[in-house]
Amino acid sequence: MASRILILVELRGGNDGLNTVIPYADPKYRELRGDIALPRERTLQLDERVGLHDKLEPLMDSWKAGDLAILQGVGYPYQNRSHFRSIEIWDTASASSQTLSEGWIAQAFQGVVVPKGAGVDGIVVDTNSVPLTGPSLRTIVMQDAENFLRQAQAMKTMPDRTDDGNPALRHLLAVRHEVNAAAVGLRDRLHETPQPAFAYGQETGLGRQLDLATRLVAARVPVLAIKVAMGGFDTHANQTPPHERLLGVLAANLALLRKNLMAAGRWDDVLVMTYSEFGRRVRPNASGGTDHGSAAPQFILGGGVKGGLYGVYPSLADLQDGDLKHTVDFRSVFASVAQGCWGLQRDFGLRQPQRLDFLAA
Amino acid sequence: MVHLDRRVFVTGAAALAVSGGLSRTARATSSMGFDEARHLLSRAGFGPTPAEIRALEALDYAGAVDKLLAAFQPKAATVAPAWVNDGLGALRQKQQAMAKTTGDGKAVQVQPPLQEQSRQLRNWWIEEMVATDQPLVEHMVLFWHNHFTSSLTKTYYPGSLYQQNEMFRQSALGNFAALLKAVPRDPAMLLYLDGVRNVARQPNENFARELLELFTLGEGHYTEGDIKAAARAFTGGSIDRATGQFVFREQAHDGGEKTFLGQTGRFGGDEIIAILLNHPRTAETIVEKLWREFVSLKPDRVEIGRLAAVFRASGYEIKPLMRALFLSPSFRDPANRAALIKSPVDLIVGTVRVLGLPVPEKTQLARMMGGLGQSLFNPPNVKGWAGGESWITAYTLLQRQQILRRIVEATTVSQMEGMGGRRMDRRQGQPAMEDTQQMMEPRPVEGRSLRNSGSEARLGPTLIGVDATTLMLTLLPRAPIDAVETRGVPGAVVAAALLDPAYQLK
Repeated sequence: MASRILILVELRGGNDGLNTVIPYADPKYRELRGDIALPRERTLQLDERVGLHDKLEPLMDSWKAGDLAILQGVGYPYQNRSHFRSIEIWDTASASSQTLSEGWIAQAFQGVVVPKGAGVDGIVVDTNSVPLTGPSLRTIVMQDAENFLRQAQAMKTMPDRTDDGNPALRHLLAVRHEVNAAAVGLRDRLHETPQPAFAYGQETGLGRQLDLATRLVAARVPVLAIKVAMGGFDTHANQTPPHERLLGVLAANLALLRKNLMAAGRWDDVLVMTYSEFGRRVRPNASGGTDHGSAAPQFILGGGVKGGLYGVYPSLADLQDGDLKHTVDFRSVFASVAQGCWGLQRDFGLRQPQRLDFLAA
Repeated sequence: MVHLDRRVFVTGAAALAVSGGLSRTARATSSMGFDEARHLLSRAGFGPTPAEIRALEALDYAGAVDKLLAAFQPKAATVAPAWVNDGLGALRQKQQAMAKTTGDGKAVQVQPPLQEQSRQLRNWWIEEMVATDQPLVEHMVLFWHNHFTSSLTKTYYPGSLYQQNEMFRQSALGNFAALLKAVPRDPAMLLYLDGVRNVARQPNENFARELLELFTLGEGHYTEGDIKAAARAFTGGSIDRATGQFVFREQAHDGGEKTFLGQTGRFGGDEIIAILLNHPRTAETIVEKLWREFVSLKPDRVEIGRLAAVFRASGYEIKPLMRALFLSPSFRDPANRAALIKSPVDLIVGTVRVLGLPVPEKTQLARMMGGLGQSLFNPPNVKGWAGGESWITAYTLLQRQQILRRIVEATTVSQMEGMGGRRMDRRQGQPAMEDTQQMMEPRPVEGRSLRNSGSEARLGPTLIGVDATTLMLTLLPRAPIDAVETRGVPGAVVAAALLDPAYQLK
């Protein structure tokens, strides 16, 4: 079974895909986007049609080395424009009209015997653990490993008592049990792991989270997935300065992650994937921002990744109620990741998932 | 040695009555008893003390509920910070003045006005929650804050959040229809959900969408077209830049015809609200949320429907609804005791209240709540705090235990004694920097370990002189999970109860 650690990077709030991967050659881009269109000279050309925002320049090393895949036009039919609902659709790999309770990674591992490893299968460094939530996985939410271990040590390891059919108590005791089991597995491994070779900026949440993710991977903690997140992408007003800042922070930190995991000899063993609940409307609103839209690109990085552009950029001449029509269903992406990271064949409810061979078999 | 087993908890007040100490209360046959009084008070407010529980236990249950819901003060007793009624202009001036004083190269160690006001605002509310004699009102204000969410991080205007809190306080147990009408004119809400940007020329749908999705009908009961129509109806609502108060700008209002939920007219915001109040989903949405907050994490469709009918029949009066909710068989069902997880506010405020901790500076309490995922005036998003089981993750469970352990190990003997006590001695001679760091740590008050000081440990005024059995029955909503030897020493009993997982429940 192929085995790569998936590092999920959630971009919270709905990232403006049109100003991330830019269809610069299409005159409609400037026409429709008006004041918030990125000038041609600031676009980093990827091919004769699309380019990256220049704030993403730190990702160009990865692009040139051929280990950055860019998936274009990812979304799903009947786009839901509620943040909560749409991220739930992504996190649980559901159809727009369907409500599922388990995270997509937990679903992928249903019926699979997961090796006992570190006593933990998924580590969530931010606060949204939905993709990794389900009975098949032992997932912990951990924001600060040192603190976590210190506190876990102080917590008594008592045999867990009966919950008397009380779901709140059952949850409490299950979490306590998880903490104790996970702490035992992680304690020794993290203890002797050196700091990342290239320091992350500690002033951003993403830098701090990736610092921990790097140490977990370098320490060879045998988890299936690690999740981090970055907020602030809900740019309804005057979006250009904040959105550029966000892209800069994202690119700089992903570039550091790549360098660090290469230095630790682990770059071939991970797959990094960004995603967001939706892209944004094609036309800006009157406040110089953009409202909730539909399809958007995803970045996929890793030593085993075959770099390049995947899928088709949605047409700016063929919009649906002013929104991009998705060309790749996100569940096809998940299916390719499940195959490439864990050797699991899953269709996530799609009759025929599209084959996206961004990973060597 | 006091070892409490399940039987004591199952039989509850009956066992207490037999034990002799409380037999006087058991005479009235209709009296509800200690455990039900504790249940009612811990759900309605935060961390009831033995004295508060005893004051209710002899009453019959309906009488106790009526007492809880009797006349309430719609104004906070805690004095608000001086700036709360400053306009938006005044805040901007302070910020500019601040920029000038720091610009000339001198290191001025003052908090920027926005952060400082935010800190003072949180402290003000926490102080009110700790000191109030009507904790149900605070619980309801918190409920409305979590329903009609607005946050400091988006509004950048603490004065507006104070005004919003006053609005929730007015309507805490008042009339929901009046509250729903006031919300679209609330300055914090206008900033938070971009109402100020919602103009006829280009409607901004943010408020309209959340009004339908989260505040009233819920997903699946409206169309995208209804959102667009509602957004148009609310155009023109804005706030005055200088005063920060609501203004209606006629020229920005779309006076045209709209079709909303099947009705057509030249609707303004008030008409939209009226249509929503006529829709059965609105009452259901509120009752579903109250059920989760006060009764159980498991919804009961039939009961929720019944209570929603009570709510609508009363013209959206909140008091009769809460009365019906507290009197419902589900609320009283012993199987629903210890069935809710305490929110961070509940945990921190409740602990301070029940222990009678003197905490003159509330900043550290606010920081604890933030660390546990509930930073007041900063809900994580427009949906508010998800609550329920999501309060407890591996991370927050460890944080909760750590905070409680600190309270037990390093605090709480009595009144201000600790301030001149051990920790001060220990700190002497240490560099100033470290001293500041220690002050920054979340430590409620100073003192000696409850657990290890034996009979020397003195409890605060709320718990002093209370026997070990009553302490356990006050602090825990069910039998303890972990068996701990306490030898019946009150300080050790309190410590064991606070560190038991059952303390996370109510």
